[in-house]
Amino acid sequence: MTSRDQILRNLKKQLTAGRSLPELVIPAESNSDKIEKLKTVLVSIGGRCIHAENWPDVVSKLSHIFPSPGRWLNSIHELETLIDSVHQPDPHFLEDVTVGVMKGHFAVAENGAVWITSDQMGDRALPFICEHLALVIKESDILPTMYDAYESIGASKYDFATFIAGPSKTADIEQSLVLGAHGPKSLTLVLLSVI
Amino acid sequence: MSSSSSVEEKQLDHAARAEVFNKDEARVDWHDQTLWFIRSKRDKAAHTLPEWEALREAASRIKGHVLDNLHDYLVEFEKNAESNGIRVHWAQDAQEHNEIVHRIIQTAGINQIVKSKSMLTEECHMNDYLAARGIEVIDTDLGERIVQLAGEAPSHIVLPCIHWKKEEIGVLFNKHLGTLEGNSDPKLLTAAARADLRKHFMSSRLAITGVNFAISETGEIILCTNEGNADLGVQLADIHIACMGIEKIIPERKHLGIFLRLLARSATGQPVTTYSSHFQRPRPGQQMHIILVDNGRSKRLGSKDFRNALKCIRCGACMNTCPVYRRSGGHSYHHAVAGPIGAILAPALDMKKNADLPFASTLCGSCTYVCPVKIDIHEQLYKWRQVLVREGHVDTAKKAGVSGMNAVLSRPLLYKVAGRVGRWVMRNFPSLTNNRFNPWYKQREMPQPPSISFSHWYRENRKK
Amino acid sequence: MKVALFIPCYIDQFYPQVAIATLELLEKFGLDVSFPRRQTCCGQPMANSGFEHLTHTTNELLVKNFAGYDYVVCPSGSCTLHVKDHLHVPGEEQAVNHIRSTVMELTEFLTDVLRVERLSAVFPHKVGLHQSCHGQRGLKLSQMSELVAPPYSKPEKLLHMVKDIRLISLDRRDECCGFGGTFCVAEEAVSVKMGKDRVADHVLHGAEFITAGDMSCLMHLEGILRRQRSSTRVIHIAEILNASPL
Repeated sequence: MTSRDQILRNLKKQLTAGRSLPELVIPAESNSDKIEKLKTVLVSIGGRCIHAENWPDVVSKLSHIFPSPGRWLNSIHELETLIDSVHQPDPHFLEDVTVGVMKGHFAVAENGAVWITSDQMGDRALPFICEHLALVIKESDILPTMYDAYESIGASKYDFATFIAGPSKTADIEQSLVLGAHGPKSLTLVLLSVI
Repeated sequence: MSSSSSVEEKQLDHAARAEVFNKDEARVDWHDQTLWFIRSKRDKAAHTLPEWEALREAASRIKGHVLDNLHDYLVEFEKNAESNGIRVHWAQDAQEHNEIVHRIIQTAGINQIVKSKSMLTEECHMNDYLAARGIEVIDTDLGERIVQLAGEAPSHIVLPCIHWKKEEIGVLFNKHLGTLEGNSDPKLLTAAARADLRKHFMSSRLAITGVNFAISETGEIILCTNEGNADLGVQLADIHIACMGIEKIIPERKHLGIFLRLLARSATGQPVTTYSSHFQRPRPGQQMHIILVDNGRSKRLGSKDFRNALKCIRCGACMNTCPVYRRSGGHSYHHAVAGPIGAILAPALDMKKNADLPFASTLCGSCTYVCPVKIDIHEQLYKWRQVLVREGHVDTAKKAGVSGMNAVLSRPLLYKVAGRVGRWVMRNFPSLTNNRFNPWYKQREMPQPPSISFSHWYRENRKK
Repeated sequence: MKVALFIPCYIDQFYPQVAIATLELLEKFGLDVSFPRRQTCCGQPMANSGFEHLTHTTNELLVKNFAGYDYVVCPSGSCTLHVKDHLHVPGEEQAVNHIRSTVMELTEFLTDVLRVERLSAVFPHKVGLHQSCHGQRGLKLSQMSELVAPPYSKPEKLLHMVKDIRLISLDRRDECCGFGGTFCVAEEAVSVKMGKDRVADHVLHGAEFITAGDMSCLMHLEGILRRQRSSTRVIHIAEILNASPL
């Protein structure tokens, strides 16, 4: 008998009818101050939140934040002519990327997390390997809580997806917060007024 | 560092190790206050959600439902994961788990791998197993890397080096990473570790991770980290091995909307971890393996009293709140998972070796009420004590003491006489109790015995 | 109303004044209080050490002593909780269930059954209230800091009725003192450290007295205070609620 069969046989004995899945009834959060809440939370977790009027404005605002030269890489179709796009077949060539720019689907006001799927990343490694990460979402794409987030994600298909809330961080040394543990040292969320 | 893995220390029980830890009172204060600070952050984070208790209830019930139907959910998960192109393995115990990992590594012809935090691989002592076979495992979580360089085990499941001071880490990094002598700034130390570990990320072809949640409905796994080490490791590797206990399953993706709201708030007081990554399919050309490990879990599922311990989502809140953990340190529990949850998990794995752990508690109950999945931890500690005594895992002196106490308390007349005699002795011959053989008296005065008991007073003052 | 007084063994032996205060306090409300004479112990010291199987005799004694009352009142949350959760006597289920559902810790009996709104007590001192864990988290005598739920406190409500008392606030309002039954000797180092830290919190905030619903916590804290030659003293809550004007 394989280990699989053995484990499943042991578990079969423990199958219990009874406790059903609970209905998830979570009180709705107010929608009114989502942007303010998102900004406050994002700052509190070491991120920053800016506004941009249009795509060129995204680049100009980001250039203002990251003035020093370096390798910028982008996976946003609308920015193709403004920033280099991801073309490398091997993520190891992304190690020297200074600023990575990509779209997210939406942000979550309660925790500052932005939902990104692999089709938006150019390369799956980019959001983790670049020194600074900029995520762009429509200003209208802010959801109150993670509960709403999963309602919105639903049964959608992706290969890889992640919530990113602020820059990579650690407090492993005496609980002192340090940004940029392994991944990006900063995270900028760009709220786009018009797309 | 105070802790070494010498043979004698391995034989010390929790109380003895705690006594060693308490030799440096200032350090105990520091350890206690650091963890209390995290408990306070957890309180603050929980209080931002008026629906907190409803979330705990929902999470507990979802996990309860999973435990009732684990067989079916695992079969569904396996089917969905495999159709996503993930190879699923099953391991009955730690040994089999380690063998599977080793086989995959060997087949790929690799001798160095990166690993992000996985308490399961700690439970299986995987690093030692692989090291003995010439494979170097680089722990990439900063805290885990620190204890790894020091040759120690993590002392906390979320905060592996919470017992280390920055000055000591400075000395450690000076030795291993060549940082400047006397440098103990957390920023500089973190930067040094980042630079060193980046090299390992870039060169490693295989990444091992744990699993926070596995979704039956979609066959995907979810990994939560703050550092991004799991993501960086996996995305740069040709092979990803994810190791999980079979209890990590949750039914549907939408249930993450409950668990991710609870996990980081309970663990560190953050609203969510920096990364909550959903791995559904390997990258083109990448291999992805999931190892489903039983290691005693299916057996525990059959125990009505202890099965709820399998609801644990490894947030560590019970450790941060535990007044005993804070003042005895994680290593005093001599088990991969320390603290209250460790004290109810460990005896299920090895009753003899861990018989002391359920007694390392005052049964104050704080753990049960911070637990985001409402595990009745302190009640299980009580129940484990009964099991351990019944199975003969308690020393004879204690057995004799309790039996003697019980003999007196079971006989009203004897109780009265013994009380009177005892108090008389304490009053007239205090040195019989006030001596170094009495652990109470070591740092506390004995109660001052009155000349008469309440029963006596009552007889003289109330006519009944 | 037939009320029986259940006095924990260590109070009977070491702190008769606590039992006397409890009795006098209940009598002030016109209750006819009985004290069953053959009572000894609830069995908790054995059970918490893992020897619940030895407690059948103490359980039988408890049922014999306390069957047939409307309420069993006890000046200890810990002993009350133990009876509520663990009293078993095969063949005596009815009596056992009755006792388990009517055994009450003193302060909850005062607030919930007698619905006390006024007390004649006077206690002109700065007092720190130690929340004994079994009373708080077990019997829910007051809201615990772990839960996101509205605050309340039965013992505090009563203490606020005492004239001239000044209740201090603490840095950690409901941390365990470290007594823990046999834990206090089996884990001596941690137990004492926990006790020292509790004492320090009260002393820091100027407590002249530390009070609690459980004398066992106070016995432990008293041992530490006396070893430190501290001027802060311990006093059971029954003694404050029964304190007469000087």
